[in-house]
Amino acid sequence: MSRLRVVDLVDESLLGISAKPARLVLTMIGTVVGIAALVATVGLGQTAAGQIAERFDAVSATRIVLSAKTSAQFRPDDPAAPRLPWDAADRVARLSGVLAAATYTTLELDEEKVSGVDLLDPSGATLLDIPVVAATTGLLDAEGGGLLDGRMFDAGHDARSDAVVVLGLKAATRLNINRVDARPSIFIGDTAFAVIGIVDSVSRRADLLESAIIPNGAAARLFELTAPDQLDIRTEIGAAQQVGAQAPIAVAPNNPETINAQVPPKPGRLGSTVQADVNALFLAFGAVALVVGGLGIANVTLLSVMERTGEIGLRRAVGARRRHIAAQFLIESAVTGLLGGLIGAAVGIVAVVAVCVARDWTPILDVRVAVFAPLVGGLIGLLAGGYPAIKAGTIEPITALRRAG
Amino acid sequence: MTGGESQAVVTLVDLHRSFPGPPEVQAVQGVNLSIQQGDYVSIVGPSGSGKSTLLHVLGLLDRPTSGSYLLDGVDVATMNEGDRAEMRGARIGFVFQAFHLLANRSVLDNVMLPMVYQSVARKERRVRALEALDRVGMGHRIDFEPSTLSGGERQRVAVARALVGRPSLLLADEPTGNLDQENAAGVLDLFDDLHRSGITIAVITHDEWVSGRAQWRVRMTDGQLAAA
Repeated sequence: MSRLRVVDLVDESLLGISAKPARLVLTMIGTVVGIAALVATVGLGQTAAGQIAERFDAVSATRIVLSAKTSAQFRPDDPAAPRLPWDAADRVARLSGVLAAATYTTLELDEEKVSGVDLLDPSGATLLDIPVVAATTGLLDAEGGGLLDGRMFDAGHDARSDAVVVLGLKAATRLNINRVDARPSIFIGDTAFAVIGIVDSVSRRADLLESAIIPNGAAARLFELTAPDQLDIRTEIGAAQQVGAQAPIAVAPNNPETINAQVPPKPGRLGSTVQADVNALFLAFGAVALVVGGLGIANVTLLSVMERTGEIGLRRAVGARRRHIAAQFLIESAVTGLLGGLIGAAVGIVAVVAVCVARDWTPILDVRVAVFAPLVGGLIGLLAGGYPAIKAGTIEPITALRRAG
Repeated sequence: MTGGESQAVVTLVDLHRSFPGPPEVQAVQGVNLSIQQGDYVSIVGPSGSGKSTLLHVLGLLDRPTSGSYLLDGVDVATMNEGDRAEMRGARIGFVFQAFHLLANRSVLDNVMLPMVYQSVARKERRVRALEALDRVGMGHRIDFEPSTLSGGERQRVAVARALVGRPSLLLADEPTGNLDQENAAGVLDLFDDLHRSGITIAVITHDEWVSGRAQWRVRMTDGQLAAA
């Protein structure tokens, strides 16, 4: 800018837009809305991603369930049907990242009900519909369970097919059993089982609390269990994906494809899809608002150029060049956009914080967003001011000064 | 014509300005004019006589179609637009009929405006603006906005703005056109003062009374000048 200092140019531009504050506010509204929408969208997206990551569930994220694939070509009792081996739990226990594993099978006992023997009811035996689960010894470890009393059955019980049972707390209550040192027993069907423990907490398979748990050996001997249904694996945090890929091979090396592994989704994947949906919608809204805002600035600046032809003519008469005039209007619209962007960014951040307060979230916003948003506003103002500025530069001082004003 | 050693501020030689038609309009036809330093000249003529066109050419707002125009000895007829803008800012001080003061800006700001485009240091601007305002008798109104001033006061501010760049030529276009008799007389008195202090002034008017106040005058008729 020959003979016109930038500071003076900016000065003149600021005085130009501050001459009509009400108009300045109206001009900025589109940009404010657009930038606010963008900042709020990005901010809420980042915040929501943070929340999903925080709610990351260590229990479900470390859980794998293996089962044999059921296929229409095999009837359920077909010996050739794919099935889990009895020692499936031992096989996967050797994999790196596996903390515990146990088989889990709900027995289908139609006739054989569970009954307690402590209470002799004259009206008949109290037959209860208590689910019976066959499992391996590591079950409580695998399900994150704890005992109220007694102990879990061990490998010896399993190998000898001992008729022992561990009761879930609710099942025990229904059977009027609250301690095992009195050596209580229950009947499953006609077989008496010694109660050796009571489970009072599990972090998954909550139905265990309502069940009677017996060793696989007993289930095979007494109830003709041919294979375990499912294999529950608890992994180290972060190992679920890898173990999920390896476990079917460890369990069925010859035909791993017959084993189905339920693996928890990768952390954050769910969050990012939710975020992507929300973002696309709001970013589109913000972009539209910005385009409208830019057109608003262009329109008002053009109007302002027309109104101020007298001023433009005078400036030209006192020595301003065309480009000085053009630059002044360009800066006026850029500053308008910048102001709109600043206010919009502030509104957007307040919106993010407000939502977080309402939803009890921790607001997360990339600082760069807060810095870039006003610059985007300024850029839009700059682009919008291009045409009006060129128009202003081409106004002839003669015509401008001839008008009374 | 104030003395033998005076030098020409403006020299027009066979100046033509025509506007392409149809029909082609010969607004200024073969004007020769010489304005010496310290002159106070009026160019009088009815509307349509071409005096406005001549004013625009003199003020570097328009270019002659042919002929030469020397301003302070510099040929400005063929200069490019940017240099003309610079020349205009540095050598010409305009006074308009409609004042053309910026609303919402103080009297002082208005007077400092031309210096913005001439790289005058900020402190210097204020000093020179105050000096110019004192000269036109408006030193007591520097913080007023133009809308609160009378017409005569506004024109004085406009004269101060024209003077602040220390121009070679003060070019006034119907300076009293929007003023009542009393204010007009005041502005013309101011011009007399300025003339006495050595400022070169050219007034373009249709008003015989205004032009009569000048040191000498020329009459414009149908695009041609004649001594009056």
